[in-house]
Amino acid sequence: MNILLSRLVQAATVAVLVGAATFAMMRNLPGDAAWRIAAGRYGYDNVNAAAAEAVRSELGLGGHWFPAFLQWMGNLFRLDFGVSLVSGQPVIHEIAHQLGASLWLALAAVGLSLLIGPPLGIIAGLRPGGLFDRALLVVSTALKAVPQFLMALILILLLSVQLGWLPAAGYGQPRHFILPALALALGLAAVNARITRDAMASVAAQPFYAFAQWKGLSRTQVLWRHGLRNVSVPLLTYLGLQFVLLVEGVVVIESIVGWPGIGHALVHAVFARDVPMVQGTALLLGLGFVLVNALIDLLAARIDPRGVQ
Amino acid sequence: MRTAILSRPQPMGRIIGAAILAVIAGFALLGPVLVPGDPFAQSLMKSLAGPDAAAPFGHDHLGRSLFHRLAYALRLSPLIALAAVATAASAGLVLGMLAALRGGWTERVLVILADALLALPGLLMVLIVLAIMPGTATGFWAGLSLVLWVEFFRLTRATARATLASPAVQAAKLLGFGWSYIFRTHLWPEIAPLMLTAAAFGTATAIMAIAALGFVSVGMRAPTPELGLMMVELLPYWREAPMALLTPVIATFALLLGLTLLAGGHKP
Repeated sequence: MNILLSRLVQAATVAVLVGAATFAMMRNLPGDAAWRIAAGRYGYDNVNAAAAEAVRSELGLGGHWFPAFLQWMGNLFRLDFGVSLVSGQPVIHEIAHQLGASLWLALAAVGLSLLIGPPLGIIAGLRPGGLFDRALLVVSTALKAVPQFLMALILILLLSVQLGWLPAAGYGQPRHFILPALALALGLAAVNARITRDAMASVAAQPFYAFAQWKGLSRTQVLWRHGLRNVSVPLLTYLGLQFVLLVEGVVVIESIVGWPGIGHALVHAVFARDVPMVQGTALLLGLGFVLVNALIDLLAARIDPRGVQ
Repeated sequence: MRTAILSRPQPMGRIIGAAILAVIAGFALLGPVLVPGDPFAQSLMKSLAGPDAAAPFGHDHLGRSLFHRLAYALRLSPLIALAAVATAASAGLVLGMLAALRGGWTERVLVILADALLALPGLLMVLIVLAIMPGTATGFWAGLSLVLWVEFFRLTRATARATLASPAVQAAKLLGFGWSYIFRTHLWPEIAPLMLTAAAFGTATAIMAIAALGFVSVGMRAPTPELGLMMVELLPYWREAPMALLTPVIATFALLLGLTLLAGGHKP
């Protein structure tokens, strides 16, 4: 219960921060914000001074910043994000449209990273200090130093341009998933593998683990019955923290491969100074982080009922 | 913490990391002194031409010397990153100490603020600050400082809380030592090594952010020599001049690898 309350406070603070940041962005837009918003609402050809004036008085753009700020935050908490300044569509519709593409990409990346990282980490953690452990350390350190955009660039050059196996960009077919998902997954897997390796090494050094072997269980049985569940808790907690890393990666990778998702939309919105879109996407990403971590808190408490910390 | 204790100490890694960074810093600072040249001077006659005496790494698509562009790029991002890390570390240290010493509402508000910032993707914060602040370099500095202070704050607060509750600090207080003495002898030796690791990771994060945003064309503007921007400019000429593109790619990788190795261990 306490966990959920603190996550709720976190969510509310995220909303206030996003609101304040986007309000500051709105106030600092070059040109007259009222004209821009009016153009977004009525179309660029139908804007006149009267329409801009109506928007100005409605949103309090002319007056002191404080009442305008309160109204801005009020709209935010009523989940009224307004209309995109570029497309003229309600922000909610735009985001709902783009969220699916991003979610699939993120899920594919996490799934792929879980297929690569943890199994390698378990093998390494069962023999800490061994040859495989040391090799994994070198590889994961090198992979961690490659930012996601650089990974995408390297994969595009290698798999698309040189070998011609995969399309460099595009969306709509399963094969379009492989390259961006792999670019995201390799970085995540490098961290996953290290976390799993350390957790596995610490579990395997516990007395209960040795006892399970003494009483005659095979190595596989010990791993399945006593190892994996204990390893999964730190891995899961880390997965929640990696969410931010994943979102950042999604934002960049989508822009590189032209993926019609929320990150691509965000970069374009920032570029076009489309503040309502920036606000909507930022809020969604921040609240998404809080939600994912709240779920992970609950799941971790279920897996390991001894209580975390 | 548990994971950090278990991973073996890697002094070798730190030494290699420091060596890589020293080589890069030497190149960035001394390279243009040894081979004078202008990173902005264009010469379309030399477009994508190979190395010569004035341009040891060859030329880019506009005939500019890659050697000099790389040297300037390797000054720019680390400089912004170090400035942001210095600001973030001081702010995090002061606020973390404040939270640990004062407790109560001061601490609660700061922790809530830090937790909320943690939920927002750093690149997003930097993008929004870039849109607000005039000037790209100052925007990066402000945005990255805003993102990075949280890590230093959390480290300082956690360490200071544990140390302040220790018998050693209680004894020092009973003996009448002032706060500056307690900070210097008890708190700082505990905090400093953690701060070094966090600073190396923070610098790497900042350099990655600047390069990533440059690569998707929302960061530094052309013709500024910047690592991500150089890559995206040279990407269309991959077939004609693969080495021209690989130059900033290898430099970025070496820089980030050096910082990761210097940090040692895991991200706390």
